[in-house]
Amino acid sequence: MTALVDSAEPRVQPAAGGAGRVRRIPGRRARSNLTAYLFLAPGFLLFLALIIYPMIKAFQMSFYDWNVVAGATSDFIGWTNYQQAYHDPVFWRALQNSALYMAFTVPPQIVLGLAVATLLNNKAPGRALFRVLFYLPVVTGWVVVSLLFQYLFADSGLVNWMLHDVTHLTGHDISWLSGRWTGMVAISSLGVWKGVGWSMMIFLAALQGVPKELLESAEVDGAGRWQRFRAVTLPAIWPAAVFVTVMLVIGGFNVFISVILVTNGGPADSTQVLLTYMYQQAFTNLNFGYGASIAVLLTVGVFVLSAIQLRMFRADPEVLA
Amino acid sequence: MTTVSPIRQAVNRAGPAVRRPGARPGSLSRSGPRYLLLVVGAAIMVLPFIYMVSTSFKSQTYVLTIPPQFIPHPATVSNYTDAWTTDNFARYFLNSAVVAVITTTVSLLLSSMMAYAFSRFAFPGRELLFKVLLLGLMIPPIMLIIPQFILAKYFHLIDSMLGLIVFYVGFSLSLNTFLLRGFFQAIPVELEQAMQVDGAGAWTRYWRLILPLAKPALATATIFTFLGSWDEFTWSLTIINTPSKRTLPLAIALFQGQNSTLWGLVFAAAVIAVVPVIVVFLVFQRYFVQGLTAGAVKG
Repeated sequence: MTALVDSAEPRVQPAAGGAGRVRRIPGRRARSNLTAYLFLAPGFLLFLALIIYPMIKAFQMSFYDWNVVAGATSDFIGWTNYQQAYHDPVFWRALQNSALYMAFTVPPQIVLGLAVATLLNNKAPGRALFRVLFYLPVVTGWVVVSLLFQYLFADSGLVNWMLHDVTHLTGHDISWLSGRWTGMVAISSLGVWKGVGWSMMIFLAALQGVPKELLESAEVDGAGRWQRFRAVTLPAIWPAAVFVTVMLVIGGFNVFISVILVTNGGPADSTQVLLTYMYQQAFTNLNFGYGASIAVLLTVGVFVLSAIQLRMFRADPEVLA
Repeated sequence: MTTVSPIRQAVNRAGPAVRRPGARPGSLSRSGPRYLLLVVGAAIMVLPFIYMVSTSFKSQTYVLTIPPQFIPHPATVSNYTDAWTTDNFARYFLNSAVVAVITTTVSLLLSSMMAYAFSRFAFPGRELLFKVLLLGLMIPPIMLIIPQFILAKYFHLIDSMLGLIVFYVGFSLSLNTFLLRGFFQAIPVELEQAMQVDGAGAWTRYWRLILPLAKPALATATIFTFLGSWDEFTWSLTIINTPSKRTLPLAIALFQGQNSTLWGLVFAAAVIAVVPVIVVFLVFQRYFVQGLTAGAVKG
């Protein structure tokens, strides 16, 4: 692993007698440890306060009828918040919508990202330009692209104009944002559009590692394009594919800004996803305990799902990073 | 050697020198359809932006017409002047810039110090503390927003730009430390040992040797932290109430919420917010790729 300055420093250590060394090393080590902790302290304490403490706090809050007013007491109510979630139809619909969003966005982002990366992989002219263009939506903030898609999917917006007036695929204008399914389609298409460039970048990096000699020899052996892809390319980029899948699933669970800005969970909670529902419960209904329990459920869900995927694909997360 | 795959055998037999004539990857007959696909894909990526810019130059009458106007006629810059002056977006731009600059500076200082400790010292608990820090990479910030709000309230950080900065730094520590630690580890230890012989203390080595050598990694971390702060929406939506303290994403979203049909103005403000991002991206492209492949960065 790492070679460490303060664990092996032959030049600094005076080659004195045995007794002197034994006394010196503990002193130096203690000082070196102190130095390390001093370097670590400001950042790590902030991290503990702002990230780790809230993790524990969220867990605790989920068992309380949390009262946010200063000085007021909060009552411990055991599993009541979780039971409320179990009996809450909107929670289940939000869960369905989150799953739906993942189903609509994860496979297309993988397939399209890999496809674009494959098309760009050869040293063709214009490659750098295409890479930039596909990556533009990724660097643009969620707020701007969400408003942009709200505009594109408006009743007399560009999407309806394309589908109805130009190509006549639909007989009438669709009111995209006032229905559950059409609303989810609009939000999901935004997710795919914004995310393809990201998976493309990861796959492009992974494709650099595909052994070229192997591809050429396979071609000499008469392997077709698809066979070469299956036998040579796919095994080489497999770790990257697993990484992309896991990250996209986590990202799918995290969909929030696009939903809150495009449909705001409406109409009548029909496009609510888990995070928008959590947010609404906490900051609109001031139901902090219930909101926290949804966040805890979601976190547990993300961890379990990631673990299952990594097991299924037999990949070590350390290797991927 | 009994289970050698057919492909491996092919490598052994043919070697890399043999290549079928006419099958060069760049040949024109094969790249035609490929370019068509790429152009169509790129158009889908870029056209919404172009349409957005176009709308930002339209007057209100023309923002939602059938058929849509692609080239604004008559074109007007009044959306930009209105957004910048009467709708206060100059102020929001300044707020965003101040918050992003301070966040990035503080975060890079704290993260690089942590990365230095993790990469150059063998102190008790190092592995454990590093694993705890990595937890921050796995938990998306929004999952913690409720307890963080309670915490911010307790420390009177609600409705203040300091509250934005403090938590943005907190969100970015894990990734930056992870990123920088990897880079620091690759710096040869001998350089530091030489400095140590000359009597340089740990801070001098960190400040004078490691940081200057780690410029590429620091650039990557700077870009991701700056843009993360520049684009952040959820936390600012949660804690900021006073209009004059809004950052750009919050201001744009709330402005659109109140004036849902003033698309020209909304997009003028959006263009104002996006242009710096695109400039940073175009100038520092290679650092984006480095950051993406070095760690788990998802936009």
